[in-house]
Amino acid sequence: MAMDSLAATPARMARSEPSRWDRLRVNRNWLGLWFMVPAMAFLLLFLAYPLGLGIWMSMTDMRIGRGGTFIGIENYVYLLDDRDFLRATAFTLTYTFVASIFKFAIGLYLAILLNNNMPFKAIIRAIVLIPFIVPTVLSAVAFWWIFDTQFSIITWLLRKSGLIEPGYLINWLGDPFLAQCSVIFANIWRGIPFIAITLLAGLQTVSPSLYEAATLDGASNWQRFRYITYPLLTPIIAVVMTFSVLFTFTDFQLIWAMTRGGPVNATHLMATLSYQRGILGGRLGEGAAIATAMVPFLLAAIMVSWFGLQRRKWQQGEAND
Amino acid sequence: MTDAALKAAQAPLTDNREGMSYLETLPRKVVTVYLPLFIILVVLLFPFYWMVITSVKPDAQLLDLDSSNPLWVVSPTLQHIEKLLFGSAYPRWLFNTMIVATVATFLSIFASVLAAYAITRIRYKGAATVGGLIFLAYLVPPSILFIPLSAVIHTYGLFDTPFALILTYPTILIPFCTWLLMGYFKTIPYELEECALIDGASRWQILVRIVLPLAVPGLISAFIFAFTLCWNEFIYALTFISSDHNKTVPVAIISNFVDGDIFRWGSLMAGALIGSLPLVILYAFFVEHYVSAMTGAVKE
Repeated sequence: MAMDSLAATPARMARSEPSRWDRLRVNRNWLGLWFMVPAMAFLLLFLAYPLGLGIWMSMTDMRIGRGGTFIGIENYVYLLDDRDFLRATAFTLTYTFVASIFKFAIGLYLAILLNNNMPFKAIIRAIVLIPFIVPTVLSAVAFWWIFDTQFSIITWLLRKSGLIEPGYLINWLGDPFLAQCSVIFANIWRGIPFIAITLLAGLQTVSPSLYEAATLDGASNWQRFRYITYPLLTPIIAVVMTFSVLFTFTDFQLIWAMTRGGPVNATHLMATLSYQRGILGGRLGEGAAIATAMVPFLLAAIMVSWFGLQRRKWQQGEAND
Repeated sequence: MTDAALKAAQAPLTDNREGMSYLETLPRKVVTVYLPLFIILVVLLFPFYWMVITSVKPDAQLLDLDSSNPLWVVSPTLQHIEKLLFGSAYPRWLFNTMIVATVATFLSIFASVLAAYAITRIRYKGAATVGGLIFLAYLVPPSILFIPLSAVIHTYGLFDTPFALILTYPTILIPFCTWLLMGYFKTIPYELEECALIDGASRWQILVRIVLPLAVPGLISAFIFAFTLCWNEFIYALTFISSDHNKTVPVAIISNFVDGDIFRWGSLMAGALIGSLPLVILYAFFVEHYVSAMTGAVKE
C-alpha cells in the first residue's frame, strides 16, 4: 500500500516511514525478541513445558509405555499413607538441615582461615576447590570405597589407633543410622569448598580499616566477627545458603552412587525415591507426584533463607548506625 | 598506626587479623591458622589420595589391610588402568562425555550471549522481567524435571541418543551463563556501542565486533563452568540413556563397573580418577576464571 508513494518520493520518505521489514530489524522490542529466541526455545521446550507436564503427570496414573488417565490427587493421598515416602521426606529434611548447618559453619571458618596472609595462598585456595570440580559421582565412588564394610580405611585407622578392637568391622553403609551419617558426611565434604570460596570472595571486599578501627576501640576477636564481618557478609551468605539448601534438598547423585537409597530405604531422598518409583518401577505418575511434592519445600526454603537473612541485614544496618 | 604497632609489640597478646597481620607472632598463627587449615585440607584431599593409591595398588594389597600399610603402595601396578583403557568401553564413554559436554556448552553459550545482550543492552519491553524469570529457571533443579522430561524425550524420539543430553543440558546451563554474562556486559561502557551505532553498525555487528571481544574473560568463565556442569551431570544421563555405547562416564562408572566382582575396586577407582582428570587439568589452567564464575553468579 505504501509502495506507490515510496516509489514516487525516494529516500526521504523511506526514512520517515520504515517498511515492515525494517521495523522487525531495528525496532527495540522485535530485535530483543529475535535475540531471545534460542534461549527461550530451550527453556520453554525443555524446562517450562516439562515443569507443567510434571504437575499434570502427578495427577494421572501414567506408567511407562502407556498414557495415563486423570485421577486427581489420588497419588498424593496414596503417598501420604506410604511409610517409605514419609521416611524419605523426613530424611530429606534432616539431610538438608544437618548438612547445611555443617557446611555453613565449616565453610565460613575455612573462608576466614583462607583470608589470612600466608605463603602459597593462591595454591592453597586453588586446592580447596578441587572437591567441587571433580564430578560428584566420581568422588562418591571414592567415598563408597572408603566406607566399604570389609576394607574401610577408616575402620583400619580406628583399629590401629586402638579405638576399636582388632578384627571388629563397622558396617558403614549397611547400618541404617551409620549409612545416613556417612552420606551426610560425604555431602558436607563436597559442599564446603563452594561455600568457603564464595564467602572468601565476600570477605575480601571487607575493608581492613574497619577491623583496625574496631581494634583501636578495643573490640575482641568475636566482636569484630559479630559486628563487622557477619553483617557485611549477610547478603552473600543469604545467596550462597539459598543455593546450598536448594541443591542439598534436591540431591540425587551422591545417594545414588553410594547407597541407592538403601539399607532398608533408610537413605532415600525424595529425588532418589521418585527415580526408583517413577523410572525403575515404571509408575511415572507416582514418581512425578513425589518430585512435585518437593516444590513446596523448595519454595519454603527459598523464602526462609532469603527473607529471613534479608531482614536481619536491615536490623543490623539500623543497629550499627 | 605506629602507636598501635608499638603497643602491640609490647603486648603480643593483641591478636590482630586482616590488615594488621604483621602484628601476629608465628607460633600463635600456627595454632590459630595453619593447624586447622592443614586438618581441613587433609580431610578435603584424602578421598583423592585414596583414589590414586587404590588405582595403582595390586589386588592382593587391596584386599589385605594387615600385611602392609594400606595408606601406601608397595609395588604399584598399572594393570587396573590398562584393563580400563583396553579391556572396557571406557574410552568410548570418555569420548561421549566429551562430545556431549562440548556441544551442549557451545549451544548454551551461543543462546546465552544473545539473551544476555538483549536483556542488558537492547532493553526491550519486559527485559527486566525476563531476566528475573531466567534467574528463577536457574533455581529449578533437574531432579524435579527428569520424569516429565523423559516423557518429552520419548515423544520427540530422542531417547537413548546423545541428542537427548545435548538438548536438555542447556536448560541447566543457559540460566547460569546468561546471568553470568549479563554481569560482564553491564561493565562495558555504553559509549562504545553508541560510537558504533553512529558509524552505521548493526546490532549484530556491535555484538560480534565490540561487545564479545571485550567480554572474553566472561566467556571463558562461562565456558569452563558450563563444561564442568555438563561433565558432572548425572540424573539426565542416567534416565535418558540406556545402551552401553551411549553412556557418559559418571553413569557408566556407576552402572557398568558395579557387579559382584570383588576385584572391581582398582578399575573403579582408576575410572573415577581418569574421569576427573580432564576437569582438574582444565581447572588448573583457569583457576581465576573459575572462581570469578562462581562468585560472579552468586553476587549478582
